[in-house]
Order: sequence, then structure tokens, then C-alpha cells
Amino acid sequence: MALADHNITDKIDITDVTCPITFVKAKVAIEELEEGEILQIHLNHGEPLENVPRSLGEEGHEVLEKIDNGDGTWELIVRRGAD
Amino acid sequence: MNITVIIAASLRTFTNRTPEVRLQADTVREALQALTDEYPEAARGLYDENGDLRDFVSIYVGDRDIRSLKGLRTELQEGDEIYLIPAIAGGACESVISTERMKAVTIEEKEIRRYSNHLQLKELSIKGQKRIMAGHVLVAGIGALGGVVAERLAAAGVGTIGLADAETVTPESLQTQTIHSTRDVDRPRVSSAKDRLKKLNPQVTAVVHQEKLTADNIEDILADYDIVVDASDNFVSRYLINDACVLQEKPEVFGAMYQTEGYVTVLGGKDSPCLRCLYPSPPPVGIVPTCSASGVVNTLPGILGAMMATEVIKLLTGNGEPLIGRMLTVDIWNLRYHMVHTAKDSGCAVCGTSPSIRAVQDMDYEDFCGLREDPNEEPIGSIDPEELARRLENNEAITIVDVREPHERAIHKFPGTLIIPIGQLARRQKELDPGIDTVFVCKEGKRSILAIRTLREAGYTGPMLTLKGGFDAAAQIIFPNEGAWL
Ligand SMILES: [Zn+2]
Repeated sequence: MALADHNITDKIDITDVTCPITFVKAKVAIEELEEGEILQIHLNHGEPLENVPRSLGEEGHEVLEKIDNGDGTWELIVRRGAD
Repeated sequence: MNITVIIAASLRTFTNRTPEVRLQADTVREALQALTDEYPEAARGLYDENGDLRDFVSIYVGDRDIRSLKGLRTELQEGDEIYLIPAIAGGACESVISTERMKAVTIEEKEIRRYSNHLQLKELSIKGQKRIMAGHVLVAGIGALGGVVAERLAAAGVGTIGLADAETVTPESLQTQTIHSTRDVDRPRVSSAKDRLKKLNPQVTAVVHQEKLTADNIEDILADYDIVVDASDNFVSRYLINDACVLQEKPEVFGAMYQTEGYVTVLGGKDSPCLRCLYPSPPPVGIVPTCSASGVVNTLPGILGAMMATEVIKLLTGNGEPLIGRMLTVDIWNLRYHMVHTAKDSGCAVCGTSPSIRAVQDMDYEDFCGLREDPNEEPIGSIDPEELARRLENNEAITIVDVREPHERAIHKFPGTLIIPIGQLARRQKELDPGIDTVFVCKEGKRSILAIRTLREAGYTGPMLTLKGGFDAAAQIIFPNEGAWL
């Protein structure tokens, strides 16, 4: 699947911050959405790519896809879970 | 086994108000049987029509609920204490902030880093932090405890923090009241505190109430707040704040300290006892030294204040186990911590089933403590300030005794007087001349009456008078030009 296949509700960029603010920003953004809505997260390869999807998963959200931009950054596509 | 059954105040209607029953039993069931044999009414309180234990009664052996032991079959040891308490105590609470108010808050970009510790924490997270930010909390008394509470709440991001206090920063504040700095001496405590909070967290709104809380203003002041923190240091304020919180159905976080000990609890909410449930009346004047007269380890307010702020955060977010129906007592010097169960009293004057207090009123503390004139007692003579001024001008032989506490005297000095606090009067009565009038002076002319009674009881027979209205009245008359008076 590609980016265009997702009905994105909101986007955030967390490439300018490091752990734990990466996760906190993602968490704040996704909780602003309604259940089932989609958040696109622009993030760096490495530690953020390892930790942010896992932490969001633990919070009950569903990681739909990770898309490699080929420049050291990724797009994470996450569906907002229930409260 | 010798067992003591301790009955919570709200259940004592079934035991003729008896708080404690000693009996013999080997199991909890036998203990309850012995109790109901002695107090048949208690059976009605403890069991339903089917003979099952009622849900609202919790039974503890020591500090353990029998439901986590073997229930009624729980075996007892010699000397065990069984506590009967209503089950409203403890447990989670509902947030005082509605979901609508929580949702109306947005966490701005710059706030994400500032509040990241709470945002990361599973116990608080985004919704918890939003509820904190939506909260309006009044801190009454900006001294040692109130200052710590206000600082922690400001750093936490509580949206609006009210600061209610009428006093100024004094040099003796500085060791315990770290919200105020050396340069703040002589400034109103609310102004100094507001500056500090603004520096700490500009996102927070600090609202100043630079006035003494009274029956006339407390209802208006409290109306805008979700939670009230009582960090005052006197019984008049504590009972006033308690009554107002009960009447407005607001939870109150209460803290108090004495030398090396402290107490923290939540009062006045739907399920909490209020101050009058726990202590229907304050201790008599002079029995318990005021905080400022007894000293305190300067680290104690840091510990207690942080605990009080934690209770506020739990109540705002509806998380954790707040001190509802429980009081934590802390002795930091000997490192003793106790959790005491507290319970609503159905006979309470303000929150009971048929309350006698239906509106806030200023309590005449001295009156409340039984200082009212006893008709059988020899009346106490008084002198008004004009008369005293005249006699002083005529150089009449007269002794004036200032019975105020040291911290009051620093502000109003009365020249040429003996200074004897009430506690020392009996011991130092020889300093008085029974051949001439002695006039006793306090702030408002009430403790001076207590002083005269104390000396009478101690056997002093010389003529004694109380200065009517105390220093507050005399200041205007005796030395009207003396700037140092007020
Ligand atoms: Zn009560």
C-alpha cells in the first residue's frame, strides 16, 4: 500500500525531537483524533522507528503501515484505537 | 482471646455511641456475635434481612479487610483490634473535572515538553494532564504548606490557582516558606507567591484574594474553584473553610503540621467525612500552641505540601487512591507513618443527616471553646481604652500585662508593660502587685479574659481588669499618632 491509500486525518512531524518527546508528541496528536481516524507520523529511522510504533501499539492504537522515504525518514500510519 | 472492636463514628448509632467494645472471641464471627449480644441494635446495622453482612460495612482486623482474609471465619489473635467502618472509605474517585471541560483543553506545542513527565505517565497521560490544566484550585493560606502546594500545582499546570491570604512575608517565614524569598519580606504573601508562580509557569493563571476568609466573603471566593486546599494555620479558618466546602459540595484537601508531625486527608466531598465529623470542636484556646509558637522542622512542609498537592492531582484526574475516608499521619523525626480510617458522622452538625449548620458563620473561637460567661462565676471586670488612657495620663499606679504570643507582639509594641504569655501566668504571678489594678491585654479582648480566669484559679487575689476590645481597639485611642501600631 502507498500513502495515497490511506484516508489521513492529521499529520505530525517528530523528526526534530528525541525520545521521550517523540512518543509524547505522537500520543498527544493521536488522542486528539476520534476512534478509527488515521494519523500520519513523519519520523527518523533508528530509535524513533523502533520505539514510537511499539509504544503506540501498547496504548491500544493500530500501526497500519511503515513507509520508507529512502532519506532516513519514515511515514508511520496509525489508526486511533478506542479509549 | 481479648479483642477490641472499634466502631466508626457513623455506625455508633447502633452501639449507643460507644466507640470501642472489649470482648472475648476467637473468630470475627464470634466477635460480632458478642457485640450484637451486648448491643442488639448493632445486628440491624451489620446484617440485612437475610442475615448477610451489609455491603456498606467494612470489617478490618488490624489494617486488613476480612474480605482479603477468611471473611467472618478469620481467626483472631490475643489483643487484635477489629475496625467496623462504612465501606465508603478509600478506593478510586471520579474526576472533579467533567469530560467536556477536559476535552475543551488543547495541549499546545510548547506545553508538550513542559508537561512531558505527566504525559508519559500511564496514570495521568493526556487526559489526566488536560484535567489538571482545566482545574481551578484555591489554596487558602500561603505559608509553609500552602506555598509548597501552590508551587507544585503551578508546575503541574493547574489552569487557575487561587491564592487566599491576608498576611505579609516576615523574616521568620523564610526558613519554612520557600515560595517567598528574602527580598519579599514585608510584601503581601499573595503578591510574592503570585510572582513566584508566574516565574515558575507562565501558562498558569494565579488569582489573588488578599483578604482574610470570613463568612461574608468565603462563599463568593470558593464559587469559582473545583477543589479547596486548606493550608491555614488556625481553627477559625479551618472550620469556616470546612463548612463552606460542605455546603458547596466541594472536596477539600486538608493538611496540618505540628513540630515534626503532620496530617493529610481529604474532607468534605460526597463520600468524605468533614472536619466536624472528625473533630466536632477545636481544642480549647491555650491548650494547643499555635503553629507559629511551637516551631516546625523546616523540611516537614515540603513533604506534607507535596502530599497535599498529590491529593489535588488525584482528585482532578480521578486517578489513584485519594485520602478519602483515610487520614495519613506522618512523624518525620521518628519515621512513623500511619493510615487512619476516618468516617462520616451521621450526627455531624454540618454534613450529617439533620445538620444544624445551614450557612457559613464566623465562629467566635473563644466562645466556641467555652469562654462564654458562666453566670455562676464572679464577673470579670473590664476597662475601656479611653479610661485606661486617662489613668495612664494621670500616672496612676497600674500594671499592664500583655498576654499575646511573641509573633503578635512584633507588630504592635505596647510600651511599659509586663509580657507574660498565658501559659506562664500562674508561675509568674509574683511579678504582679496585688495592691494595684492589673490590666490584661490581648489582641481582641478575649484571651485576656482567659488570662484572668487562669490567675484566679492559680489563687491570685489582686484586682484584675480586661482591656475591652484588646489592642485592636486601644491602638486608635491610646497612641493615635504612633505609626508602629498597625
Ligand atoms: Zn461532617
